[in-house]
Amino acid sequence: MRVGIVCPYTWDVPGGVQQHIRDLAEALIGLGHEVSVISPADDDTPLPPYVVPAGRAVPVPYNGSVARLAFGFRSASRVRRWIKEGGFDVLHVHEPAAPSLSLLACWVADGPIVATVHTATPRSRFMHAAYPALQTALEKITGRIAVSEAARTTLVEHMGGDAVLIPNGVTVSRYEKAAPLPGWPGDGGALGFLGRMDEPRKGLDVLLRAFAELGPARPGLRLLLAGPGDVEEILGKVPAPLRSRVILLGQVTEEDKARVYHSVDVFCAPNTGGESFGIVLAEAMAAGAPIVASDLDAFREVLRGGQAGELFETGDPAALARAAARLLDDPERRAALSAAAAEAVRAYDWPVVARDVVRVYEAVVAAYGQVGAVR
Amino acid sequence: MLIDIILIVVAAVLIGVYVSWRAGRLDRLHARVDAARAALDAALVRRSSVALELAACGLLDPATSLLLAGAAHDARAAGEPTELAESDLTRALRAVLSQPDFRASLDGGPGAEEILAELEAAAHQVFLARKFYNDVVAATQAARRRWLARALGLAGGAPMPEFFEIDDSLVVGDGGGRGSDMPHLTS
Repeated sequence: MRVGIVCPYTWDVPGGVQQHIRDLAEALIGLGHEVSVISPADDDTPLPPYVVPAGRAVPVPYNGSVARLAFGFRSASRVRRWIKEGGFDVLHVHEPAAPSLSLLACWVADGPIVATVHTATPRSRFMHAAYPALQTALEKITGRIAVSEAARTTLVEHMGGDAVLIPNGVTVSRYEKAAPLPGWPGDGGALGFLGRMDEPRKGLDVLLRAFAELGPARPGLRLLLAGPGDVEEILGKVPAPLRSRVILLGQVTEEDKARVYHSVDVFCAPNTGGESFGIVLAEAMAAGAPIVASDLDAFREVLRGGQAGELFETGDPAALARAAARLLDDPERRAALSAAAAEAVRAYDWPVVARDVVRVYEAVVAAYGQVGAVR
Repeated sequence: MLIDIILIVVAAVLIGVYVSWRAGRLDRLHARVDAARAALDAALVRRSSVALELAACGLLDPATSLLLAGAAHDARAAGEPTELAESDLTRALRAVLSQPDFRASLDGGPGAEEILAELEAAAHQVFLARKFYNDVVAATQAARRRWLARALGLAGGAPMPEFFEIDDSLVVGDGGGRGSDMPHLTS
């Protein structure tokens, strides 16, 4: 299939939507499809061969913050030209309700169009009702995909119709193999955490309290923390004698992320709520890390009810300490969990997820019958 | 003795007259602040209405339309105009109007010239109204800071008026909005 994908946000700015599109495009190419992605980007930005730059995005206030978006007649005519030259069987736009390239693509294109909604946009009802141009553009979308139940609910409420739920994937091969950081995990055992440390729902406090329980009896045990956060504040929550055994890496690169998962004996996901899928959990599983995670619905599902990782009572440091201690003392159990996690995460591997997306493409193309390609 | 009493009475009357004159002046200043603020609010409402009209006129691409509508809507949603939302609307307008060939892309569209002219007028109105409002706020603040006004509490319970600081220039490259005297649209 020839697939044209539209990215609404600047390619070289890190973001969930951009990462999703990159992984999807590469998975589709891996499955033998021809893919072209158009994205706002400066003409001199180094881009992967499958990305076509649509010109510079303009920083502009939108939805309470400043976003870099591509709008206007110039951007529209660049998208039009790309569609005309692409001869796509299907056009796949992302975040069509953002005032950027995806919306423009819907506006200028005709034919089988699939849209993926990533975030809930509570204002779209007002926008949708008020502006005929917007309505005309969004009405052309034939198939809709939502990446989470929340996105799906808002989409249904605001645009009517229904959406297929296809969650984000994880590129397993990116995490499968990586060298541990030098000196890790070490002989005394190591616990790990990755995520925003200043976000209470990520549950770092639960883990720090569990470490304070485990630390005194296990003199060699260390704790590896990766992610943005205030070092002083975090160390302040650790009893003074244990502080030298808590290592903070700060924000890490994509490559180092994979190494972190391979550097610990037990990876902890102590989230206290709000996680719809748990991309970090899926990455840790891809790396084959033995996992202890909060007993949240989403986590229980990904971890197959506890077969692919230990579950502990959400928010309970003592329960986390007990579960982590059990694993630290039982290398065989760790190896079994590691293998089970690597196996369970296959269902979320991008090539698998991409096949679900292709099924939506096929259904949408079939709905168009003989009318043919995007034009 | 009588002379002393007469002098004291005269002095008291003079002081009384002076104080009530100062108080009256403060009162008038506060009334002018209120009037200037009402004029400024009206100008801001007019500007956002024209921005909404431009967004809905059907001549723009949907992304530009949505962007403008969002900014204009936010400016109105707050109830009374806020500095942040109005500055955001200015920035959104500037981003839209400064697109290369923006005017040319609307060429021939029904009503395009009229809406742009109205927008220009509305933006200029905001600029002037804000200038007058801030001037009278400055005068009022200075009057209220004088020792007599402070010592006798001449302002009563009236809140201290505050400046309205926004970015209101539609000229590209003039982010401060204070450098130019005549905001105008780029073409």
